[in-house]
Amino acid sequence: MKIYGWGKYPTIDAEVLLPQTYIDCANYLNSNEIVLPRGMGRSYGDSANSPTVIESTYLDHFIEFDVTTGVLTCEAGVSIREILQLIVPKGWFVPVTPGSSFVTIGGAIASDVHGKNHHLSGTFSEHLLSFCLMLGSGEIVSVTKDVYPDLFRATCGGMGLTGMILSARIQLKPIQSSRIIQSIIKTNCLEEVCEQFEANDASTYSVAWIDCLASGKCLGRSLLMLGEHSQDGTLEFGKKKSQNLPIDMPQFLLNHYSIKAFNALYYHRVISKKKTEIISFEPYFYPLDAIGNWNRLYGKAGFVQYQFVLPKADGVKGLRQILEVIVASGKGSFLAVLKAFGRANENFLSFPIEGYALALDFKMSEETVQLIKLLDSMVVEMGGRIYLTKDALMTETSFKKTYPQWEQFEDVRAKYGAIGKFASSQSKRLGLQ
Amino acid sequence: MKKILIIGATSAIAEATARIWAQRGDELFLVARNEERLKIISKDLNVRGAPEVHSYCMDANNFDRHSSMLDKVFEVSGAIDIVLIAHGTLSNQKECEQSVDLTMQEIKTNALSVIALLTHLANRFEKQGSGTIAVISSVAGDRGKASNYVYGSAKAMVTTFTSGLRQRLYKSGVSVVTIKPGFVDTPMTAKFKKGLLWAKPETVAEKIVCAIDKRKDEVYVPAFWWGVMWIIKRIPEILFKKVSL
Repeated sequence: MKIYGWGKYPTIDAEVLLPQTYIDCANYLNSNEIVLPRGMGRSYGDSANSPTVIESTYLDHFIEFDVTTGVLTCEAGVSIREILQLIVPKGWFVPVTPGSSFVTIGGAIASDVHGKNHHLSGTFSEHLLSFCLMLGSGEIVSVTKDVYPDLFRATCGGMGLTGMILSARIQLKPIQSSRIIQSIIKTNCLEEVCEQFEANDASTYSVAWIDCLASGKCLGRSLLMLGEHSQDGTLEFGKKKSQNLPIDMPQFLLNHYSIKAFNALYYHRVISKKKTEIISFEPYFYPLDAIGNWNRLYGKAGFVQYQFVLPKADGVKGLRQILEVIVASGKGSFLAVLKAFGRANENFLSFPIEGYALALDFKMSEETVQLIKLLDSMVVEMGGRIYLTKDALMTETSFKKTYPQWEQFEDVRAKYGAIGKFASSQSKRLGLQ
Repeated sequence: MKKILIIGATSAIAEATARIWAQRGDELFLVARNEERLKIISKDLNVRGAPEVHSYCMDANNFDRHSSMLDKVFEVSGAIDIVLIAHGTLSNQKECEQSVDLTMQEIKTNALSVIALLTHLANRFEKQGSGTIAVISSVAGDRGKASNYVYGSAKAMVTTFTSGLRQRLYKSGVSVVTIKPGFVDTPMTAKFKKGLLWAKPETVAEKIVCAIDKRKDEVYVPAFWWGVMWIIKRIPEILFKKVSL
């Protein structure tokens, strides 16, 4: 069966195994040489590609939910969406959420996902009380920050390369209402939006949509979207079903002009300098989930999502240089997202470091590959790094330079029998054993 | 709050259906073979909102245990509002063609065990004078095809039996719902290549709950299968035998 990530590039022919119990998992580990755990396949590149994958589709059970303390225990295949359906009506929310709710808990841990509250709340793993991990031998260990600190640091952000996450216990956060008070601040250039991030660093959530094709004086013009949980209103999770794109978008519709027009329209839809409104949490956190398969927007060839972070010190200057290259290339995406990260955590391969992160999509083509090569070299030069969950093209050299703890990561994998058992197309490309 | 008995509760369709009922706050009684999975599913349904989840480990092919299982269910729950019979196996047609034993086994699992259960249930529901009996049959039972006529004929028996039972129990105020799913993406069909005609268990589950709520007689899920089968049933045998389906 052909499998691929959310960017539909690259693809791989794979055997997809679907365990229903932990015993099935152990049997599959035993009877296959090299495997990779996989969730909903929402990472973009090839990090969940492997000739044999063990999918957590049917490991999707809740185990326990304490409504008074907000501690939730569930299997690895439960999605954030399902969790929200359960917890929001009871006054709880996920502590950290990525931009899609179609992500499993196993995937959220393996990518150590971050959200719009990273500057205050850190990554997903920082709210993880414990998780059960099946090692390459089939043995199950219960991992916490204190009991197996090395396995914790390697597995969170470890792209599924240390073992198979079976279940997790998470501390949720209380909410009074399912509504979000959103303030949109319109900024004229990159420097201004970065200043605004600083000025609003006490805001619970913040993220900027950036016009990645505006040039000259307008370079980096953005809409900064701040969010707070409302104190009033009901607790509900809309039952609205997402709409699907019936076909891949025809290639000719997707060009420099259509993307530029879309970006300009999006930017100018906000007229005043600052606008505040109360909206449901879904459009705030998951705007794209409303279109079931928006990855079809980029046509049959697929796309690459490129997300990098630059250290804070010279971050704004670096971002400007990179944006100039992107504008000059004429390539760009419908939605480019800028976020100011807070401090890094201790995990070996977790992506966030303190600074500015930019994410954009490029339609897949030979030119894109060349552009990304150039961007990679700039990011590495500036002391930044690329998000493994989005990556499809990084070289081994860039990886090892920008993720200096990769050797400790490999040591932990060796210690717990993961080497020679768990591998992905990405891990091979990046020179992990 | 309804009291619902699910036989074959670990099947993907049954589980997805049970989740909807749990969320509604219904009390569930689960019957299945695999004790380990029954435990996992019970906990899950409890977290999702079912106030009580009871489970009973039994192989549906063990006919001797049907009656005592039902005794237990009625003893614990009092009356039952809904029963969903969902167990079954997808027969390997090619292997069945080479083995009488296997063919008989498949017929037993997919038809005879269902009929045995229905015989007990019909009498209890008739006495109760209310409730809904829902049975998962299949579009495969509408016409025999070379690719799966063993499974198909077992399902045909279930469809015909439930049709008769519906007439009989109508007078007692008991409704019988025959559910005919098309292709559903479940562990049972993991090896098949999926296309446009395939549905997710969650989608099928929503339709099942809806059909039971409305006390429908016979439903195709998703509904377009009614049209597909309408055509397939009308192809003259003289042509049909030449087609490979």
